[in-house]
Amino acid sequence: MSDDTIDLRLHVWRQRGPGDEGRFADYSKYAKRISTHASFLEMLDVVNERLAADGERPIAFDHDCREGICGMCGAVINGVPHGHRTLTTTCQLHMREFQNGAEVFVEPFRATAFPVIEDLMVDRSSFDTIVQAGGYVSVRTGAAPDANEIPVPKQIADRAMDAAACIGCGACVAACPNASASLFLSAKLAHLNLLPQGQPERYRRTRAMLAAHDDAGFGGCTNHRECEAACPKGISTDFIARMNRDVIVASLTDKDGNLI
Amino acid sequence: MQAVLTLTRSTVGQKVVVAVTGVILFGFVIGHLAGNLLLFVGPEAFNAYAAGIKGNPPLLWGTRVTLLVSVVLHVTFTMQLARRNATARARGYQKPRKDQITTYAARTMILSGPLLFAYILFHIAHFTAPGLDLGGTFHPENVYANVVNGFRTWWVSAIYIFANFLLGLHLFHGGWSAAQSIGAQSPKYDALKKQVAVGLAVFVSAGNIFIPIAVLTQLIGSADQLARAQAAFETEAVTEAATGAEEE
Repeated sequence: MSDDTIDLRLHVWRQRGPGDEGRFADYSKYAKRISTHASFLEMLDVVNERLAADGERPIAFDHDCREGICGMCGAVINGVPHGHRTLTTTCQLHMREFQNGAEVFVEPFRATAFPVIEDLMVDRSSFDTIVQAGGYVSVRTGAAPDANEIPVPKQIADRAMDAAACIGCGACVAACPNASASLFLSAKLAHLNLLPQGQPERYRRTRAMLAAHDDAGFGGCTNHRECEAACPKGISTDFIARMNRDVIVASLTDKDGNLI
Repeated sequence: MQAVLTLTRSTVGQKVVVAVTGVILFGFVIGHLAGNLLLFVGPEAFNAYAAGIKGNPPLLWGTRVTLLVSVVLHVTFTMQLARRNATARARGYQKPRKDQITTYAARTMILSGPLLFAYILFHIAHFTAPGLDLGGTFHPENVYANVVNGFRTWWVSAIYIFANFLLGLHLFHGGWSAAQSIGAQSPKYDALKKQVAVGLAVFVSAGNIFIPIAVLTQLIGSADQLARAQAAFETEAVTEAATGAEEE
């Protein structure tokens, strides 16, 4: 069954906490006979079991659904967020993508706005802060509205859905040379700014979420489009252009959205 | 006030200012090259073009002020953004991050920019203020001779060729990037937009590089052409002297 297992030369970032300096640890001896059917996270599970058996502290990493839809997992694998396979989250990256004897470096997403909690875990609550600033629509609650009460053109609905595909994993920030969250921000903005329900608060939302993005310490966009290449959901940088347009209009309108 | 702050303080707003000023400067270099191509029409046409600009102070000073303001804003906001971007990843990757799709031009904007700034200072010193005696005595009105004399000096040509290669790189990323930053995006025109941006960058860069090469290869600037350029001023001087004598 030698074809079904590989040995890795595995280096994992170990950092006890935010204050710790951190360093790469060579775990090659714990990364032998890894099943090629395992996902990257399952490989880390196996390594962790072997570390625990040796009395070592297991590697801390974020994960939840392991189906590629929750946005919880993520690490920079050989210099690429979520690894080299496109449109794939770390949990959906399988070990069959690696050659036997491959050297693998695993590092946390790095951004000032994403402080390391431990090992590969980073604090992405700055994303929550951005969404809290305007990633909602204010509506009167009451009985459920009738279906299709508000007509939405098919093309618009599709575009909004493309934006809403963002799972907020943070790979865009990790991939950006400037650690900018522009792709995430623009996707969350477009998702609501495209739809009729999002119109009343469109420019207030744009200003507020952009301010939250900047306050969190993310960088600015310089149009390298590395985010788009790293995004496991294929969010397009076209949404960044759309956001820029909304920011320009927002800068010409007062807080109620009237032109000044 | 809030609105102005969005443009001058936010990452997106600052980038919009960089993009708009970049488009102004891009437009200028296209016009600048178009005018310079009159070198190939002949010394009379080129010197008349230069005299035409100098004889139109509103155009001359309007352009100069617009360019100065654009350059100052372009550089100031870029520096603010670059400083901010450097702090956005205070602790870098220990195993270097791999670029996937960005271009060499995009990654070197922050280097091509300052180098172009230094080149522009040299270019202004060479041909405008104060005017340098490179390869021949600087003549404030015989612009044709200044160009030919300057570019016959190999190292002057080398500076211009290298700088305009950098300009091409800067515009290669800058054209498309500026459109993206001001939100000029539509699925219908995206392919065209990229082609136009790259086409204009190649036109400006190649056109500007062609001028020193044309001088070095003697395509323009023959002894006859230089004599004709010079003769125009000598005739003028003679006429002026004659007029002056009559008045006396």
